Parts: sequence; structure tokens; C-alpha cells
Amino acid sequence: MEKKKEEIFENSDERQRTVHHSIEVRLENLTKEFSNKSGKVTVAVNDFSVTIPAGKLIGLLGPSGCGKSTTLYLIAGLLKPTAGSIYFGDEDVTNMPPEKRGIGLVFQNYALYPHMTVKQNIMFPLENMKMPREEALALAQEMAELVHIGDLMDRKPNQLSGGQQQRVAIARALVKRPRVLLLDEPLSNLDARLRLQTREEIRRIQRETGITTIFVTHDQEEAMSISDEIVVMNLGLKQQMDRPQAVYEEPINLFVAKFLGNPPINIFEANLVGGKLVMKDGEVIVEGFTQEDQEVYVGLRPEYLRVSEKGNITARIDLVEHIGRDTMILCEIEGYDHLIRAIVPNDRIFETGEIVKFDCTKLFVFNAETGERYR
Amino acid sequence: MLEFKRDGSKAAICLAPAMLLMSVFTFWPIINSFIMAFLNNYYFAINNADFYNEMMSVPKSYGYFMGGRFTGIGIENFLALFRDKDFLIALKNTAFIVFVSVPITVIIALLISVALNSIKKVRGVFQTVFFLPYVTNTIALGLVFNSLFHVDYGLINKLFNMVGTSWINSGATWGRAMFVLMMYSVWDGLAFKIIVFLSGLQSIDKQYYQAAQIDATPRWRVFWRITVPLLSPMILYITITSFMGAFKVYSSVIGIFGTGRYGPIGNDKLLITIVGYVYEQFNISGMPFGVGSAGSMVLFLIILLITAVQMRVSKKWVHY
Repeated sequence: MEKKKEEIFENSDERQRTVHHSIEVRLENLTKEFSNKSGKVTVAVNDFSVTIPAGKLIGLLGPSGCGKSTTLYLIAGLLKPTAGSIYFGDEDVTNMPPEKRGIGLVFQNYALYPHMTVKQNIMFPLENMKMPREEALALAQEMAELVHIGDLMDRKPNQLSGGQQQRVAIARALVKRPRVLLLDEPLSNLDARLRLQTREEIRRIQRETGITTIFVTHDQEEAMSISDEIVVMNLGLKQQMDRPQAVYEEPINLFVAKFLGNPPINIFEANLVGGKLVMKDGEVIVEGFTQEDQEVYVGLRPEYLRVSEKGNITARIDLVEHIGRDTMILCEIEGYDHLIRAIVPNDRIFETGEIVKFDCTKLFVFNAETGERYR
Repeated sequence: MLEFKRDGSKAAICLAPAMLLMSVFTFWPIINSFIMAFLNNYYFAINNADFYNEMMSVPKSYGYFMGGRFTGIGIENFLALFRDKDFLIALKNTAFIVFVSVPITVIIALLISVALNSIKKVRGVFQTVFFLPYVTNTIALGLVFNSLFHVDYGLINKLFNMVGTSWINSGATWGRAMFVLMMYSVWDGLAFKIIVFLSGLQSIDKQYYQAAQIDATPRWRVFWRITVPLLSPMILYITITSFMGAFKVYSSVIGIFGTGRYGPIGNDKLLITIVGYVYEQFNISGMPFGVGSAGSMVLFLIILLITAVQMRVSKKWVHY
């Protein structure tokens, strides 16, 4: 066994096999409708257009039921779109059956064949390609080494931990050198520690192979931490696509602002009066709006709040939580019935009941009805 | 602790009726049958007064058991059994039915269930059609086959322009009669197997098939490499129970040929089976019960052995 490994890695040609030719994936006006027995139509994916650059790792992020998994299955070809097209590079694959698309799919619960060993599982796609056994064995071993399960080849899936099963599933998806790798909620079945480890692993494997990878998740942290870009979805519609930090810093609308961030963003109502943003307690926070007078939502990330003598947000501290490096304080602002969360440095002691003044380094203002961002 | 005790007595009370009935109608006869099989020249003559008196007047050196007498303890019944040409025929017939009809039925049932599982629209209709034999009386089915294959007016002979060819009527060859019995057994056996396989197929996670589809797996490989292994516990269960059932084949033979015969008129024992043979031994008053019991024991041993072999072999290919 040991000797075999060396042979594979000594031969640089063989090693080249793990490197994939990257391809761009383009979705144009993709729509998928489901109708149930009583004829009620649900639009799972609504006029979804996105271009996924070649060789990138993209996270499809959204709450459950937002259509992200449906989108993934549409790309895989396991579902047929109601309208719109899918392109791999310049090739229109919209009506191509899944087996011709050249994709690798890792299912949420891995779907490893329980009666086959790890080796047989990884080799299964190669058998269908009529690859000679020796070559298939070598390639399977190489893939197993890539995902660090090379020494588990003769185990059955039920003898593996969740994380190991996950790796086998990835190896099986990668072994036939797909054009696109799709991962459905890849980390949801793993425990917290393993999740952290595995997401870095996915990142590493993606970098090493250079394969265009799309993964679906409802976990913002997961998406933000490993994606080159994230696509935020809600109610079947694309909300925003950008680098994770850009989406976090510059959300396009109220939904995106609320969906990203932990602890969550503070949202409270305020009014635009003559170009000034006026809070319910009468204080003016910022000026210079061109929109007409209306009620708006203000979004303040907890870390945007800064304690300052000159600040114009007055609040009374309700609860102080020490979270290691920083302190999180929950405070009440006159006129509002929900609490505001702020993350502040540990440079002074805060007491419950104390009155503090905040100013903010940055804030978002959203249209109260459409959620559209003004600032 | 007290709770536990009370539960125990409750369980005993609940089990009692079933255990009582089982004891009277199952355990007790099995034990007796086992004992009788080893009593040499065991004669039971309760229905025949003259014979009974004669039997009771024989010297005390003879043993008595359950109202019959015997001359000693040993394996004479088994020797008699294997000297009896009828039993050897029964053994051959039964073995043929078991080892031919069961594999055919299991394979056909598997193919039909996979086909049924892959259609959506009229599955219910087909399910009902295939399940009908299961709820139909064995004898009624036998009669249908009897008329289907009748030498003069049978539908089969008319359809294939073979009127005059005897399948089950006098003059029928072993091969022809066995063919009809095979058709019957397969047809009759399909229903239950299809239902079990279908429920098994429906419990297989669809994602295995999606994964196979993405890897461009041909249909036959999906069947052999995914469906069959994932269904293997069901296949094992069906195979073992079918083997047991087929070894006990009896009523279907009677159903096809008519009461009291195991073959066409003039060749009564053409398709006699082990159970048929045992029944014949018990059927005639004053006849050797011991030989019948010995026959039952042999049948029991064969089934036990075959099942043990199946369980052993299955460890290699059944995946739970």
C-alpha cells in the first residue's frame, strides 16, 4: 500500500490528474415552478441570473425554502427548469441529462452506497467510464489521498465518522474529474468542531483542484468563511452576489443586512424629515438625505456603535455580557421597545443602568416598505 | 422491582391463550411425532375394533404409546421410508419444485417489482392485479389451471392448436404435469413477493439512484450493484420463507389434479410431494404412523439444513 502511494506521487503526470480544467457556469433567467396536486403553483426559483466565474468557490446562501437547493439540482440536471437556461462555458446544458453534464454532486447525507467499501464507492463512477481497473484503482487512491482518507479504503461507510464519510463523498464526486462540483449543505451533518475543520478542507481541495465549485448552505458563517463569492437568495430571487465581506459591509437591501451577521444587526424605525434622519426620541443622527419624508429602517451592526461623549444616540444599559476580547452590551433607547446590541472594547467597565452615548461609524438606512437601501 | 414483577405476570396472562393453543396444536404434536418416528412398527388402530383387540392381546413385551403399540425403539421407520418408492418419488418431485420454482419466482417477482416501481401512473392497478392470486383460494386457482390445461376444452390447447395433448389428464407425462404445476407455483407465489419487494424498493433512498444517474450508471448496473444489494435483506427473507413454503407444497397439487390424487387418473402418484406422502401415511387407519412421522422428521431436517446453509451463505452478500 505504502509503495503504491509513492509511485503515484513520484509520477508527476499522474499527479496532474487532480488538476481540473476550470469552466464558467452561467444561469440565465432560471425559473422553476412546482405545482402540487390541487394545482397550486409554487415558484421555487424566480428569474435567477448569475454568472459563476471559472475556478471559484461560490456559496449559495439563504434561509430554508429560499430555492437554493432547487437551484443546485437545476444545475445538476436532476430537475428540469420551467424557464431559462444553464450554460457551462459556452455550452448550453439546459436540456442535457445529468450524466452528460460532467458534474460531481455531493449530497447532503452523502448517499454513499452502504454495501460498498470506500474504495468501491470512489471507483464506482470510473467503472461506468470503462476505465481499466488498474488505472481506476490508482486514481481512486490518489483522490482518497487528496481528501486524506487514503488509509480507510477498505472500510464500509458505516465504519466511518461523519467527516470521513463527507470526504469519501467528495472523493467520489471528484474522481471522474467533473467540470463543476456541487455540494448540497456539505457541513450540516457534522458536529461543530468537525464543521470548522471540514470547511477548511473543502477550501483546500477546491484550491488544489481548481474546479468551479458551488455549494449550498443556510449557515452564513460557513458561506462567508470559505467562499470566493456568495450569492444571497430569498424567496427564489437573487438578492446579492459579491465577495463575502462586500456583502456584509454593503448589503443591497434590508433582507441581506438582516440575514448576514452574528450577532445580528440592530434594526430600528426612524423618520426622514427634511433630509434628516430623526430617531423616535427626537435626536438627529445624520443629515443629507435627498429622499422625501417617510418612515425608514435604520440598520446598525453591533460593531458600528462606538461609545462617545459627543454621540447622539442616548441609551441605558440593560445587560452587560463579556465575550472575551470584547464586551457586548444590550441597551434600551427611549421610544423603542426592543434592545440594541453593541460590541465595545473592554477598555472600561460598564454597569447596568448606566446611561451611555453612542455615535456610529457607519449605518444603513432602508426603505420601510421595499427594504431598498438608501444609504 | 414490584412494577417489573407485575409486568411479568401481565405478559404471562396475555401470552397464555396463544401458548395454550400452540401447546395443544403445535408443540404437543411435534413432540409426539418425534417420538413416534423412533418407535419401530408403531401401529395405531383406534378406529378398527378387531385390529385393536388383536393389538391389545399381544404380549406385554410390546410397548404402548398414545393408544398404539410398537415393537421397539430404533430407526426402522426411517429404513422403511427410504425403501418406499413413493417416498423417493415424493422427494424427487419436491426437490424439483423447490429448486426450480423458487428461484424463477423470486427473479420474476424482483423484475416485476423493479418495473412497477419505475412507473407512476397505473402502478396501483398493476399492484392489484399482481396481488389478486394472494387473496384467491389455492384450490380455486388450481381448478382454473385444471380447466386451462384440460386435454379437450382447455384454453391453452385451443390457443396453441394442441387439442389432444394431455397436460394433467390421463396419459400426461411427468414433464408436462410438472410444467403446469410450475406455472401454477410461480403465478401463485408472485403476489406476496412482489408486495414485499415493492415495499423494500420504496424504502431505498432516492439519492442513491440520483448519485448513480449523475455517474452515468447503466440500468443493469444500477440493478445489480445498487438495487439488489440494498434489497438483499428482503431477498434473503423471501428466499428462505419461499423455500420453506415450497418444501411443504401439497394443496396446489391437489388443486390441479382433484381430491385425493397427486397425478392424473391412472397415475395417482405422479407428482406426489413429501407432505402428500406423509398425509397418505396418516390417512389410512391402522397404517404405520411411524413412517409418516419419520417422513415429517426428514422434511424438517431438510428444511433446517437448507435454511442453515442459506443463512451461512447469505452472510457474504446480504447487507443490512
